[in-house]
Amino acid sequence: MEKLVIAGREFNSRLFLGTGKFNSNEVMEQSILASGTEMVTVAMKRIDMDNKEDDMLKHIIHPNIQLLPNTSGVRDAEEAVFAAQLAREAFGTNWLKLEIHPDPRYLLPDSIETLKATEELVKLGFVVLPYCQADPVLCKRLEEAGAATVMPLGAPIGTNKGLQTKEFLQIIIEQAGIPVVVDAGIGAPSHAAEAMELGASAVLVNTAIAVAGNPVEMARAFKAATEAGRQAYEAGLGLQADNFIAEASSPLTAFLNK
Amino acid sequence: MINKMFSDELEKISWEETTKAIYSKTDADVRRALSKKEHLDVNDFMALISPAATPYLEVMAHLSQKYTMERFGKTISMFVPLYLTNSCTNSCVYCGFHISNPMKRTILTEEEIINEYKAIKRLAPFENLLLVTGENPAAAGVPYIARALDLAKPYFSNLQIEVMPLKAEEYKELTKHGLNGVICFQETYNKANYKTYHPRGMKSKFEWRVNGFDRMGQAGVHKIGMGVLIGLEEWRTDVTMMAYHLRYLQKHYWKTKYSVNFPRMRPSENGGFQPNVIMNDHELAQLTFAMRIFDHDVDISYSTRESAEIRNNMATLGVTTMSAESKTEPGGYYSYPQTLEQFHVSDERKAVEVERDLKKLGREPIWKDWDQSFDFKR
Repeated sequence: MEKLVIAGREFNSRLFLGTGKFNSNEVMEQSILASGTEMVTVAMKRIDMDNKEDDMLKHIIHPNIQLLPNTSGVRDAEEAVFAAQLAREAFGTNWLKLEIHPDPRYLLPDSIETLKATEELVKLGFVVLPYCQADPVLCKRLEEAGAATVMPLGAPIGTNKGLQTKEFLQIIIEQAGIPVVVDAGIGAPSHAAEAMELGASAVLVNTAIAVAGNPVEMARAFKAATEAGRQAYEAGLGLQADNFIAEASSPLTAFLNK
Repeated sequence: MINKMFSDELEKISWEETTKAIYSKTDADVRRALSKKEHLDVNDFMALISPAATPYLEVMAHLSQKYTMERFGKTISMFVPLYLTNSCTNSCVYCGFHISNPMKRTILTEEEIINEYKAIKRLAPFENLLLVTGENPAAAGVPYIARALDLAKPYFSNLQIEVMPLKAEEYKELTKHGLNGVICFQETYNKANYKTYHPRGMKSKFEWRVNGFDRMGQAGVHKIGMGVLIGLEEWRTDVTMMAYHLRYLQKHYWKTKYSVNFPRMRPSENGGFQPNVIMNDHELAQLTFAMRIFDHDVDISYSTRESAEIRNNMATLGVTTMSAESKTEPGGYYSYPQTLEQFHVSDERKAVEVERDLKKLGREPIWKDWDQSFDFKR
């Protein structure tokens, strides 16, 4: 399997994990390890940044894992830029998952503020991974602004509905010059496999693992599915049956053989 | 621009017709509402809280649990209330802080407030603080509340208040002092009877209170908590009005997060008021499930008014926020543990015991879910 490279760093795993919604920090840690992930995002609002012994953080930090603080809770670009600078200092990393969702119900990202903040944060030296709408034009604009990846949503956060935005994700993947990480909405390993088969560079999963009956087993299932989907993509999928339905008894091109 | 307020909307909704509509809901109405899965409207909510829905309680519990898990995961957000004063100019007939109640009145001093904060932090790693006052703007008004917020910042990352309704400018002013959220219970949406329960003082003004939520929204308050006091009026109608109000606020103030409360009246020590209606545990559960199915994202809060048993059972079925080890008297954590309380709590467990029970149920208590750095612009 090809390695994933983001901002010069290599990743063996194409599965990224979120850390909310688990029933304990211990189960979260075991899930992280079981998933084989090398990129884990954590909401800075959940962490006591003055406390070096913060219990949640202790269960996330691991030598192979790139910590990816996220700005969940901020409502505009200005707040995001401020929070990012604190996160950089507190967590000792310039990697950042940019999340600006002023709508607290569906947690949908604000495209305008996300683009503004990306421009600003790139100038400040951050490796910016913005959570964004599955909007192909926006994704190109984020790329031009210097984003390290784009992270378009498959469906609203926490809904487990899968790739509702599939048509747009395909365009985004086709056009992207940077890695495309499908974030939000991935509710089952089959969704992760589907995203990888489409050619996504990686998937980010949280709710589907955290709220599973057995999160650790589910983390393993996602690991397998993500790898399978990627392998299938690299192997080259066979012909898709529905493109070949038109072999009718009187072919449209029969006149050519006359 | 003329700002429409919720009272204008409420005028268009008849209490009597709504009550009749709820009690006319049929099995088919309930099934239709349940089949929708999401984006339910108030009409669906009415079906789910109606007597016609009682055979579906188990189905509703499953749906409520599923939606809560999707949106909130296996977590419960924890908060602690601090009563700053029991001084009050209102005369709510059901409340222990009633103006005519000959009780000792206390307004905590700055030193006492700090002592309370420190005492709370010794109980558990609380980060969500709710400051509560009676209504006495002369002695414990906006400047007093602002000071209490300032003093709280070193100890808590998220600050909410439950005080008298304020002007929009006053809410704005308090956000500069670190205010993150406001809780206000309408008590009842029955305008015709509202004054029976709130005969004198500012609280007797129905519109001022019900439009307070618009003023919070206009001031950009991040989180608004709503509630009806169960025990005054027909609860099904009252919570339906609250559902209308919630949808109205969500549409108008879409950046604000909302929470709902259904406090069941507890005996206050001096009020002597007997509830007009009793909501039993089945009904509380039905309402909680209905609210979650109606709105997957709204925060549903259970205070220590409810027993440990029902709080434990509901913690995995729809409730998302809980208080713990609450004292309902000013200075109850440190300064004046003996002062008269507003109502007697039902769940007397210590915060660490609540935490232990939640963990046993497979739920992680969340103490910190906000960071003051997000408030830097104020």
